Amino acid sequence: MTAHVAVVGASLAGLRAAEQLRAAGHTGPITVLGAEPHLPYNRPPLSKELLSEPGAPSPADLHAKVAFRRRASVADVDFRLGLPVVEADLTQGRLSLEDGSVVTFDGLVAATGLRPRRLNLPGPSAGRHVLRTLDDCVGLRGALRPDADVVVIGAGFIGCEVAATALKLGCRVTVVDPLGAPMQRVLGPSPAAAVQRHHEAAGIRFVIGRSIVGFLGTTAVTGVELDDGSTLDADVVVEAVGSIPNTEWLAGNEGPDLSDGILCDNLLRGHGAERFVAVGDVARFPNPLFDEVPRRVEHWSIPTDTAKRAAATLTADLSGAEPDPSPFAPIPSFWSDQLDLRFQSFGSPALADEVRVEEGDLERPADGVLVTYHRRSTHVGTVAINLPPARQRELRRAFDALVAVAA
Amino acid sequence: MKVTVDMSLCQDHGQCAIASPAVFQMNDEGKLVYEGEPDDSLRDEVEEAADVCPVQAIFIEG
Ligand SMILES: Cc1cc2nc3c(=O)[nH]c(=O)nc-3n(C[C@H](O)[C@H](O)[C@H](O)COP(=O)(O)OP(=O)(O)OC[C@H]3O[C@@H](n4cnc5c(N)ncnc54)[C@H](O)[C@@H]3O)c2cc1C
Ligand code: SF4
Repeated sequence: MTAHVAVVGASLAGLRAAEQLRAAGHTGPITVLGAEPHLPYNRPPLSKELLSEPGAPSPADLHAKVAFRRRASVADVDFRLGLPVVEADLTQGRLSLEDGSVVTFDGLVAATGLRPRRLNLPGPSAGRHVLRTLDDCVGLRGALRPDADVVVIGAGFIGCEVAATALKLGCRVTVVDPLGAPMQRVLGPSPAAAVQRHHEAAGIRFVIGRSIVGFLGTTAVTGVELDDGSTLDADVVVEAVGSIPNTEWLAGNEGPDLSDGILCDNLLRGHGAERFVAVGDVARFPNPLFDEVPRRVEHWSIPTDTAKRAAATLTADLSGAEPDPSPFAPIPSFWSDQLDLRFQSFGSPALADEVRVEEGDLERPADGVLVTYHRRSTHVGTVAINLPPARQRELRRAFDALVAVAA
Repeated sequence: MKVTVDMSLCQDHGQCAIASPAVFQMNDEGKLVYEGEPDDSLRDEVEEAADVCPVQAIFIEG
């Protein structure tokens, strides 16, 4: 099989796709094209350990700490870094890069992930940060000086992690969220409110139910203005208000549905084109574990799971074989570290209509809490806070019944 | 095949123990214990364990 596979996006999903193409028996050339100048690296530490790394490390120093191990099987894979793909022609099998060069392909893997959404509000831009890349991390790290006033906009997981790390670094931290208590969309209202009280007791201030209407200051941000007319001082603003899928490079094609990421079938085949699969955060696929609705899943476990299946599908499609038809039903899982709390989630808590506290006391989350999430009486998610890792296997196993039903 | 875990990185996430229970286990104190020279027949699952370690603390040689 000498077909050439191009992988666009050189992060976790792109790397795993290359490795899994080899594991699936694809022996032809593979080219991985990435917009960032770095070889694939791990993002979760960017809001945690790496953000509080002492000294003044360069991006290269930090990269060395979080670069992914690459399997020996991808030693011959051509990584072309630092140049975004600006256009793809799926019928001709052609990619155009920013410098005008062209790469042709027989099979295509889309692994372009997400970028942070920015607030389009009046005011200076200096002092405003987002966090997705190593370079973002280096920039934000330098700004988080002890005693700095930090305003984090958005109380999702990344916002809360940044707030916790900034507090640890000695900053005064306020988190503003118009919609609800921290991580409420996933945790549900009462666990989220309990986590808010826990974080407040540690010293993080929350302003919930207010939005930002503008940034104050002339050359650099000195504060933010809220929709009730009040203001907050800020030397540093972190915008953690969600993400936008990187799909513009595919926009010239008729077939694909790019309405929210790349719409795929359950075998990760991109809609509307042949020999085209999508993996990682950018892929929107149905998971029969829950229902038929295609969704994007922004968890670290998903690039590895989707890459494995997508690579098998693409390898089969390229050689004219029938791909494995069995349902793809990965158990989503993620973790998050904030202050003295480690959250561990399995399944899709955000789908739930009912939340049950099974163990522990929400008022003392650090002592260990287990919460389960149900939709129409079916168990769809679990969140453990500070439970021993030895219990993960059992918590994950609870979903095996759903996997069996899905199959 | 030689397996090492950089214990200064390992945060006892236990993902490796789910991917390759034959080689990695979480003991009663919640700490990782592992087999340093597993049989080559376990290579696939050991590679998978190294993939899923959130802090990328698992190294494979040979
Ligand atoms: C700060 C932070 C903390 C996180 N913490 C956790 C955590 O604790 N737990 C958890 O489960 N998950 C966490 N995540 C989520 C996890 O990191 C993501 O799910 C994972 O990175 C997704 O990988 P991906 O390869 O699909 O996408 P990405 O990592 O977004 O990679 C996409 C790559 O494609 C490149 N690209 C985009 N467009 C183009 C183009 N046109 N041409 C070429 N290249 C292109 C991008 O530059 C990027 O390098 C965190 C994410 C962030 C940002
Ligand atoms: S998955 Fe990584 S961090 Fe977790 S126990 Fe295994 S080696 Fe340690």
